[in-house]
Amino acid sequence: MNGFSHIKGVITLQLDRDTCIGCGICVSVCPHNLFAVEQGKAVIIDRDRCIECGACALNCPVKALSVDAGVGCASGMINEWLDSLQFRRKSGSGCC
Amino acid sequence: MISTQLTFVDTLGSWKARWGIGRMSYLVPPGLYAIGTPDSGSQVVVTANYKMTYDLVRRALDGRNLWLLVLETYGINVWCAAGKGTFGTGELVRRIEKSGLGSIVSHRELLLPIMGAAGVKGVEVKARTGFTCRFATLRIDDLPEYLDAGMQANAGMRELTFSLKERLVLTPVEIVSSLKSGLYLLLIICMAAATAGGLNAVSGLKALLVCLIAILSGAFISPLLLPWLPTRSFAIKGAFAGLLVAAALIGLLQLSGTAPVAALLCGVTAVSSFVMLNFTGSTPFTSRSGVKYEMRRALPLQGAGLLIAVVAALIWRFQ
Repeated sequence: MNGFSHIKGVITLQLDRDTCIGCGICVSVCPHNLFAVEQGKAVIIDRDRCIECGACALNCPVKALSVDAGVGCASGMINEWLDSLQFRRKSGSGCC
Repeated sequence: MISTQLTFVDTLGSWKARWGIGRMSYLVPPGLYAIGTPDSGSQVVVTANYKMTYDLVRRALDGRNLWLLVLETYGINVWCAAGKGTFGTGELVRRIEKSGLGSIVSHRELLLPIMGAAGVKGVEVKARTGFTCRFATLRIDDLPEYLDAGMQANAGMRELTFSLKERLVLTPVEIVSSLKSGLYLLLIICMAAATAGGLNAVSGLKALLVCLIAILSGAFISPLLLPWLPTRSFAIKGAFAGLLVAAALIGLLQLSGTAPVAALLCGVTAVSSFVMLNFTGSTPFTSRSGVKYEMRRALPLQGAGLLIAVVAALIWRFQ
């Protein structure tokens, strides 16, 4: 995505190039053009563009990719934390 | 067969959803719909049952003949539903089976939004139903061009943008949800301002105004100025905007004295920073790890800022 990026150096995306078969599915599912296939293997072009949506890890047929995906918004995470403390009854009225 | 023309009621519904009115129940029944007069060779486009999405998709496909498979995402948009798993492999397989899609079309291809890939495992869908998932475009409006190009996506269709207009349409729901979440705190602050040291309704109203301005700083001003506010951190962007807004308020209200200045500087900055941090949930380029990183550092500071503001305001009131 041009001109926009978030915090650098915190992304949890991991690519196991030995396992990778170069099928290119990660290229087609990534919403941020993170991947390319070079010499039969996937490469990560720019780690810091990753938003950890998990599409690549989910769709990789050989599980060469892993990432800590999940709710990515602050309010969602605060709600998760509050639920874990059993601070409130789990309400279905909000988004997450 | 469904219409591809959006009516006034549809537009009004979208506007209301943008303002958070009835947003959690703005949906259509899931299932297979026909656009135009599709036959067994027509393409199948898959989407979520959030009515705003559904409306935009059918409008974009005006003049074409194809099938629209609407998944049950409980009225949530594709991206969030994919993250939660409702726009997912299981639901897609279920919907294909329930609609009897296999006996309606002779081909075995589905067109999915790229945003849905976070929830749909293409290889598994193929194994379970025989249908191949093609992740088409990011934006609904690129679908016609994608279809015309023989289902080829160009670079632009795979590139996310976040223009001023795109940021602007996201602000109403941020404002409304901030007000909703902060309602109790807001009331407490205004009651305290109106009653501390004697009944003073004007003080209460002034406090309310300051709180509203602080929220707007984080939910409206900061998102609009996003690319120009300093650093990559949303909390810092919000704090910076808040600081400027606080300084402007101090000048406008001609406040002097340590207590009132401290109250406004700390309070408005903290609130603006927190509300802007929440905007990460509406942006297409922030990562879960990035938000975690920010929250760990920003939340304690924001809490401290708010506390200092409250203490300073009390001191000011009782001076």
